[in-house]
Amino acid sequence: MRTIFYIIQKEFIQVIRNRVMLPMMIIMPIFQMLVLLYAATLEMKHIELFVVDNDHTEASRTLVSKFEGSSFYMLSGYSASIKEAEKQMKNDKTDIILNISKGFGESLSRGEGTDIQLLINAINGTKAGLINAYSLNVISQFVGEYAKNKGTIVEQSSSAGLDIRYRYWFNPELNFKHFMLPGLLVILVTVMGMALSAISFVKEKELGTIEQINVTPIRKYQFLAGKLLPFWIIALFELAFGLTIGRIFFDIPIRGSLFLLFGFSSVYLLTVMGIGLFFSTITRTQQQIMLLFFFFNIVFILMSGIFTPVESMPQWAQTANILNPLAYFMRVIRMIMLKGSGLQDILKELISLSVYAILILSLAVWRYRKTS
Amino acid sequence: MIWIDNISKSYGERLALDSVSIQVDENEIFGLIGPDGAGKTSLFRILCSLIVPDSGKARIGNLDVVKDYRKIRKIIGYMPGRFSLYQDLTVEENLEFFATIFGTSIKENYDLIRDIYIHIEPFKNRKAGELSGGMKQKLALSCALIHRPEVLILDEPTTGVDAVSRKEFWEMLSRIREEGITIMVSTPYMDEAQLCDRVAFLQNGKLLTINTPEGIIQAYPKDILSIQSDNLYGVLMDVRNYPLVHSSLLFGHEVHYTEKGKSINQYQLKEYLKRKGHANVEMNLMKPGIEDSFLELMKE
Repeated sequence: MRTIFYIIQKEFIQVIRNRVMLPMMIIMPIFQMLVLLYAATLEMKHIELFVVDNDHTEASRTLVSKFEGSSFYMLSGYSASIKEAEKQMKNDKTDIILNISKGFGESLSRGEGTDIQLLINAINGTKAGLINAYSLNVISQFVGEYAKNKGTIVEQSSSAGLDIRYRYWFNPELNFKHFMLPGLLVILVTVMGMALSAISFVKEKELGTIEQINVTPIRKYQFLAGKLLPFWIIALFELAFGLTIGRIFFDIPIRGSLFLLFGFSSVYLLTVMGIGLFFSTITRTQQQIMLLFFFFNIVFILMSGIFTPVESMPQWAQTANILNPLAYFMRVIRMIMLKGSGLQDILKELISLSVYAILILSLAVWRYRKTS
Repeated sequence: MIWIDNISKSYGERLALDSVSIQVDENEIFGLIGPDGAGKTSLFRILCSLIVPDSGKARIGNLDVVKDYRKIRKIIGYMPGRFSLYQDLTVEENLEFFATIFGTSIKENYDLIRDIYIHIEPFKNRKAGELSGGMKQKLALSCALIHRPEVLILDEPTTGVDAVSRKEFWEMLSRIREEGITIMVSTPYMDEAQLCDRVAFLQNGKLLTINTPEGIIQAYPKDILSIQSDNLYGVLMDVRNYPLVHSSLLFGHEVHYTEKGKSINQYQLKEYLKRKGHANVEMNLMKPGIEDSFLELMKE
C-alpha cells in the first residue's frame, strides 16, 4: 500500500512539473466548454435566403416578409429570375431559394391549391434538413394566418384543421448546448483519463526509467495502480471543473444525483484507463500510442452517439458499441443530467462497464511484463 | 557469490550469449570487458531478472535468477547503461523515491552513499535531467546503492564520462567494496580492466578468458617488440608486409610487433626495414600490457 502511495506521489510531482500537462488540464476544459460549445452548434442562424418572386402580389410579399421577420433568415437577394438565383446557389452565396410562381396570390385568394418551390443547398445534409423544417414552419404559419385574415378555407398540405402543439421533454427549449455539453464532458474526461496515464507509462519505457523500476521489488499491480490512480483523480477533478463551467455559463441542468454521476464516472474511467494501460503495454514509444489513441478515439467518439443517436445506427454498429465505453457513458451522462435518471435506470450500463473494467485491467496487468 | 552456468541467449537469429560460465567471488570487483555488442548487457539483464536465458542457470547467493526473481530484486543494485532515473524529479526526490520503494530511507543508509552523494548534495534541488554526465552517474550509483544491496551490477558506468570522473568513479567502487558489497561491472575500455580484481573478456557472446589482470598479461604467449620511428606510419605499412609478422598494432606513437614464432629475430627485421628505407628505427622488447593481451585474444 505504501509503495503505491509513493508512486502516486511521484506521478503528481511529475504532472505538476510538466510544462504542457498542467496548463492543458486547466485550459482544455475551459476551451472545450466555452469555445467548442459556441462554435459547434447545430442551431441555425443567418440562413441566406434568395427570393424569386414572379407573383408580386400582397400574398407573396407577406410570405417573404414572414421569412424576413424570422431571426433565422437573412435575405441575400431578390429577383424575378430563377436563373439568377441558381447562379447564386452555385456560387455558394445562398442556402435556400424560395420560388414563388405567377398566380400564387390569385390561387390562394380563390382558395385553390398552389405551389411554392424551395431549393435547398444540401451539401451539408443536416443543415439542409434543418432549413427545410424551419422553412415549412414559416410557410405553414403564413398559410394559417392568411386563411384567418381572408376568411377563406385553405387546404393545408397535411395538417388541415389540425393544430399540432409540441412539447419537448427533458430539454424543453431544444437547447443544443444542453445536449452537447454532457457529450463534450465525456470526451474531456476520456482524453484526460485514457491518454495521460497511458502516455506516462509509455514515457517510462521510452526514457528507460522502467528498467530501473523493473529491478525493484515493486509488484506489477502496484506500479499499474500507481500509474492509474493519479490520473483517475485528475480526470474526476476535470469532470467537476467542466460541470462547474457548464453550470455557471450555460446553466446546464443536473437533474439527477451528482453522487451517482461521479460514481458512474469513476467506473467508466477505470475502463478507459484500463484500455489505455493495455495499449501502453503493447507499445514502445509515445508516438505509437498516440497513433493508437487517434484511431480508437475517433471511432469511439463518432460511434458513441455524441452527434447522432445510437438507435438510428445500423445493427452492426449498435452491436459493435458493446465494446465502446464512450457509448455507455454518453447515454448515461445525458440520462442523469437531462432526465434525472436514478440508479435503477442506469444499472445495466453500470454493471456492463464494471465487468469491462475488471476484464481490461486484468488484461493490462497480465500483459505488463517486468521480465521480457 | 554469483554463479553463471552455461548461459545462452539469442535474439531471433543472433546469438547474444553462447554458453557463458562465470563465477564471481564474494566481495570482489569483477570486470566484464568486451567491445560493443559482445553480450555484456544481455548477461547483466539476465542476472537482474530482466530477461530470461534460453538455456543455462544463474544464481546470486543461493537465489536462482529465474525462479527467485522477486528475492533477487531485493538484494541487487542495478545501474543500467542508459541513465534511467527520472529526469523531471530532483536529485533528492529520485534518491528518496528509490529508497522508499525498497522500504528504507536515505537516513538509514546514508553512511554507505555519503562519499558519493556528498559530490551531488549541493545540487540536491536540481532536476536530474539538468545534471552533468559525471553527476548523473553519481546519482545513479547512489540510487542503486540506497537499499544496501549485496551485489552491485553496473552496466558500462564510465561510458561517456570524462577521464577525471572515470578515475573518481573507480575509487568509489573500491570504497563500496570495502563495505562488503560484491561488484560486477562492465566496460568497453580495456585499460579499466586493471582496476578490477578479476576480469572476463567477452566477444560476440563468447567468453574468451577469465583471469586476474596480471594473469591475463602473464598468459601472453609471445615476445613483444615496441618499434619507434619518425615515419611510424610507413614502418607500420611495411611491417605488415614482412613475411614473419604475426601482429602489428599502432599504440600511440609506437608500433607493437609480434612474430609468428614466440621470439623475435630483431636483426632480420632491422635489415628488412633498412632495405625498405627506414634507417632510423628504434626497437625494444617490452612487457605486454593488458590491451595487447585482449587484442591478441580477439585475434585468435
